[in-house]
Amino acid sequence: MLAVDGISVRFGGITALDGVAFSVEPGTAVGLIGPNGAGKTTLFNCLTRRCTPDAGTVRFEDEDLLALPPHSVAGRGIARTFQNLGLFPRLTVRENVMVGAHNRGRAGHLAAALRLPRVRREERELRDQADELLRRLGLADVADHPASGLPFGTLKRVELARALAVRPRLLLLDEPVNGLSHGEVDEFADLVRAVRDDFDLTLVVVEHHMGFVMGLCDKVVCLDFGRKIAEGPPEEIQRDPAVIEAYLGVAA
Amino acid sequence: MSMNVATLGTDRARRLRAALTALLAVAAVVGAPFYFAPFQVFQLTMVLLYAVALAGLNLLVGFGGQISLGHGAFFAAGAYTAAVMLDRYDTGHLATLPVAAAGCFLLGLGFGVPALRLRGLYLALVTLSFAVFLPPLLKRLEPVTGGSMGLTVDKLQPPAWSGLAEDQWMYFVVLAVATVALLLARNLLRSRVGRALLAVRDNESAAEVMGVRLSLHKTLAFAWSAMFAGVAGCVYTWVIGFVSPDSFSFVLSITLLAGLVVGGLASLYGPLLGAAFVMYVPSVAQDISEAAPGVVFGLLIIAVMFVAPTGLAGLAGRVRGVITPLLTRTKPSAAVRTPESEPPSAPPAPAETAPADAEPVGAPPRTEKE
Repeated sequence: MLAVDGISVRFGGITALDGVAFSVEPGTAVGLIGPNGAGKTTLFNCLTRRCTPDAGTVRFEDEDLLALPPHSVAGRGIARTFQNLGLFPRLTVRENVMVGAHNRGRAGHLAAALRLPRVRREERELRDQADELLRRLGLADVADHPASGLPFGTLKRVELARALAVRPRLLLLDEPVNGLSHGEVDEFADLVRAVRDDFDLTLVVVEHHMGFVMGLCDKVVCLDFGRKIAEGPPEEIQRDPAVIEAYLGVAA
Repeated sequence: MSMNVATLGTDRARRLRAALTALLAVAAVVGAPFYFAPFQVFQLTMVLLYAVALAGLNLLVGFGGQISLGHGAFFAAGAYTAAVMLDRYDTGHLATLPVAAAGCFLLGLGFGVPALRLRGLYLALVTLSFAVFLPPLLKRLEPVTGGSMGLTVDKLQPPAWSGLAEDQWMYFVVLAVATVALLLARNLLRSRVGRALLAVRDNESAAEVMGVRLSLHKTLAFAWSAMFAGVAGCVYTWVIGFVSPDSFSFVLSITLLAGLVVGGLASLYGPLLGAAFVMYVPSVAQDISEAAPGVVFGLLIIAVMFVAPTGLAGLAGRVRGVITPLLTRTKPSAAVRTPESEPPSAPPAPAETAPADAEPVGAPPRTEKE
């Protein structure tokens, strides 16, 4: 479904990614792990066209992703969440989710200003769909609350709801359980598993929480200093000496 | 559950109150020109006219998170379009409106392109330069614009069937234009494109990931905004019957921006309050001090921003935000409850349960990247 081949990104003298290659099969969940600064988020940014690699290719369902303008990525069925929340703080929770559905709407500026009947209809549909998603993720109570000043765990779910509103086939989660309490992590993991089945999603997850990654993913890719140092099923990765040295560490 | 019932009850009461307020407002607005003296009606007409320009500026600054110190120039462009058409081609008044609107829309589209690459102070500077350079240009183009002497054209005359005086007729025409303009702005904001605009303001990169085409929405925001200013300018010509380069110095642009900030950024009725401020406060300042009205005007702006940093439109919300906790101190606020799925270990975070309207509606636009 997604094939990343030999991508390299350099920022000045720093090589953030150096010839990284891996593939994601439909319906699977792939974990990206590695120490801070290993290039995981940069890789995500390449997949969503926030950053253009200096070399390499990214193909999504046999289409060259790097040839697309950034705003077209969502329309192809790719959504993401952000490491430190990328919500719109002054919009309500519902509006945030409705922005996620932006690429499915058709209303243009003129039609919207005149509020033509089809715009009304579209607004109603998008609103209903957003409310349905909010209910599904247990956010109906905060739908009209601005997306700031809510507990962090709630905002993480809002961001997931917004990403699901894109109707993605590939969902990229950037540190989804970072900053959550122990109980919240388990709950979020259950939620991700549930929506993965419900919405038939393929997942790529960047996360430091090993329990979350190992429990969710079918395959794990480990990066260090921009290079892939290991790839394989979770059990193998946990035993891989290179991964242990670079990232997991050995017991004293 | 009782909490829910209470919320429903207040919801209905609030809706009823809103309907009553709207009805009273409509009655007041329609009755005003028959109650007030002609000069006061003229002042009200000017308030409505400025409100159109401010509503346009609000689309750009309040909702779009961009900035313009050049809206006086779009206003002037609209005014001169109308004046030149009336003076040289003797078209009717109504014919000038679509031309001024379309012309300023295109002009705004043109300015929207540099705005894609500039932000904050840099954008302010570029738009200010437009406002600074337009009046001398108008003076130079004497054959068309009448140079420094300006152009005197016919004011809008009431048709015989209306039975209204000139000031009353103008008031109603401007009222109609302002109503349509404010409705268009409101419709725009309550749609997919409006949300896209707000999303771009709040977090550009997240908006783009969600499929929002930044260049399209940012340039169109500029174009709409310029169009509103141009329409206001066109109507200004109808009402005043005279345009000259000195009426549209760059001070007008700054006054418009100040009016908007005082009225309330990103608020639907902030432009109306801001327009009233722009219209009445200078004359109030004149009354207080004949020697230095500018100083009084400036001090009044400072005073308003001190009392209501989110603008006059946010004042009611702020007052409510202060009073409500005092009234409901005994019972926890029902505005936000943490969802049931929240683990029991997580505290209900009482600090986060402030009512939604305590959130500043018109917090100043943030221009830095996340």
